[in-house]
Amino acid sequence: MDFELMINSFPKLLNATLVTLKLLSASLIFGLIIGLCFAILRINKNPILNKFAYGYSYVFRGTPLLVQIFIIYFGLGQIDYLRSTVLWVILKEPYWCAIIAFSLNTGAYTSEILRSAFQTIKPGIIEAGQSLGISSKIIFYKIQIPIAIRQSLPAYGNEIILMMKGTSLASTVTLMDLTGVAKYIISTTFKPIEVFIVAGGIYLFITFIIHNVIKFLEKKYSFN
Amino acid sequence: MELLSFGKTGWGDELLIATMMTIAVSITAMLIGFIFALIFTPLKLSKSKFLNLIGNCYTTVIRGVPELLVIYLFFFGGSGAVMYVASIFGYNEYIEINAFITGSFAIGIISGAYSTEVFRGAIQSIDKGQFEASKVLGLKKPVHFFKVIMPQMLRLAIPNLSNVWQITLKDTSLISVTGLVEIMRQSYIAAGSTRDPLFFYSFAAVLYLLLTYLSMKLINKLEVRYSRGY
Amino acid sequence: MNIIKKFSLGVLITLFLSFSANADKIKIGTEGAYPPWNSKDASGKLIGFEVELAWTLCRYIGKQCEIVEQDWDGMIPALIMRKFDAIMAGMSITAERQKAISFSQGYADEVASLAVMKGSSLEGMETPAGINLTKPNAAAKKALKTLTAGLAGKTVCVQTATIHQNFLDSGDVGKVNVRTYKTQDEVNLDLASGRCDAALAAAVAFSDYAEKSGKPVVLVGPTFSGGAFGNGVGVGIRKDDTELLNAFNKAIDKARKNGDISRIATKWFGFDASM
Repeated sequence: MDFELMINSFPKLLNATLVTLKLLSASLIFGLIIGLCFAILRINKNPILNKFAYGYSYVFRGTPLLVQIFIIYFGLGQIDYLRSTVLWVILKEPYWCAIIAFSLNTGAYTSEILRSAFQTIKPGIIEAGQSLGISSKIIFYKIQIPIAIRQSLPAYGNEIILMMKGTSLASTVTLMDLTGVAKYIISTTFKPIEVFIVAGGIYLFITFIIHNVIKFLEKKYSFN
Repeated sequence: MELLSFGKTGWGDELLIATMMTIAVSITAMLIGFIFALIFTPLKLSKSKFLNLIGNCYTTVIRGVPELLVIYLFFFGGSGAVMYVASIFGYNEYIEINAFITGSFAIGIISGAYSTEVFRGAIQSIDKGQFEASKVLGLKKPVHFFKVIMPQMLRLAIPNLSNVWQITLKDTSLISVTGLVEIMRQSYIAAGSTRDPLFFYSFAAVLYLLLTYLSMKLINKLEVRYSRGY
Repeated sequence: MNIIKKFSLGVLITLFLSFSANADKIKIGTEGAYPPWNSKDASGKLIGFEVELAWTLCRYIGKQCEIVEQDWDGMIPALIMRKFDAIMAGMSITAERQKAISFSQGYADEVASLAVMKGSSLEGMETPAGINLTKPNAAAKKALKTLTAGLAGKTVCVQTATIHQNFLDSGDVGKVNVRTYKTQDEVNLDLASGRCDAALAAAVAFSDYAEKSGKPVVLVGPTFSGGAFGNGVGVGIRKDDTELLNAFNKAIDKARKNGDISRIATKWFGFDASM
């Protein structure tokens, strides 16, 4: 064990953690929006919209994230037509390709989490709102959504941690995130174990924080 | 379609073999995961704080670190660790571990952490009365475990284990870094060689979808079987 | 039942327990993604200059060999961890790598070059045909200045952990936006897609790609050698493995004398890249 290397690589890795956190937060925000849209489609009674939303979540949950990110980065980059459109401004950048892949992936899981949360809301609650004369729009935004969010907190917390780990795949499309920088350090020092242990420790620390924040929120918003 | 033809010019036969490899690694990893779960679930449920700590360490660390890192650590550190253990027993030759076992173990350790959580949850949700009833009836511990707890636990665990299987199956795409030629690596090679990544990565996605679809069908059948009598 | 048991036991043993029973076998690691040095054909077989040369060298050493595939970014760590005994993967002999492993004498040399897509603003830079960076003369220094000006703010793509990356990181051509890829195949793809303004690699890697893909890839600027680019390509071997090092050095001597290296190099590169 080369402890000196571990200590020396720590600041560089900590710096790269910022990139990881940026990727994570951007993906989570976009993923939540995508997930909410698709969850609403899933509980919609229109069979076409319903099937479409189900297909999306099935494909993105049934394939590895690595394949998804490769299709979006290397695959789409090969379509000549795409390169002549405005889309290329975004797809040209590895950073945005990674965020698109992560958002679509976490969006699929989030839509499932929110859907089951919506479906577990007792009809009585909605009926109570209706009998009080509250419009269905307000019932949806002020009653259904807040309850769904509370219901889905534990599962969504797990999803955040899974996504955080997933961001390590950004390094496969040239991004210098925590894993990317770890690999870079290894490419000049040839000592993978030491560097990966330090990087792993940082990831673990982030997981620990996310885990506790979610627990705190669960307690704060619990019904009891 | 020419790209998928069998024989020397196409990638059809290579991808088929790679798909078999993905299935083989997934199953082996899942089984290795069960072994880990069998060791760590009792630790997590144990009354001893120390054993508890060991169990929690395993599931927390493995589930808190990116799979890619676990695989890299296992790939580079695996044979070193095995040789270290062997040297304690006086065996000092180089021990080689092939790509299949390295890959299966790396994924198996990850899979095991998830399985452990599933088993723990399942056992904890078995009605306390069951344990007491066995005691009252004077059932011996092994009988109690295998005939009373195990069947109920399996029924409760199967839906969640199917999630673990999906995770395991998809995680095998990451062991392409160890050189084992499964779906992802073969697609990677084919994409590089033919300069057609869009086709091959999309095809890989289809293969994974097919595997997840077929395994879900199979698991649903199992679920029906184990829920008999409920 | 007995047959099934025996069969599954056999399968288990072959799958799991491949302890190195054959200590006499030399294992050689290569990447399989760096044509024409080493690559894979559609039947999944490793091919290329170094694969053919490896078999020839093994014949001279008089031992059985096995060629093992290994991703480039883990090549040296894998050698150190004894996943294989030698590296033949277009790996240039550099001082930095020699801190970690030994190298045999060089068996082939490559010059590096920048490549761009036709129509790039970087075309037509006025530089000498080739510069040596070991002791850069006035012309070479001037060429580096021209490159520094031309590449400023540009994205230059390289394969990770290569001499090409080291050169760009060294700052000899100023501050460029370096983007690193796992394989040269990926570098080529992104050069063609326009994500990279330029790429730096062995000149043959680009000409091979241009020929096979039909994409308008053109070499620009001088060819580079010496300095960060090392002293030719050699066999990488663990530091404590002097016996194998000597064996490879002798085998390379013989192969060179008999004209094997020139012949194989000409076959794969289209010119004699041997040294």
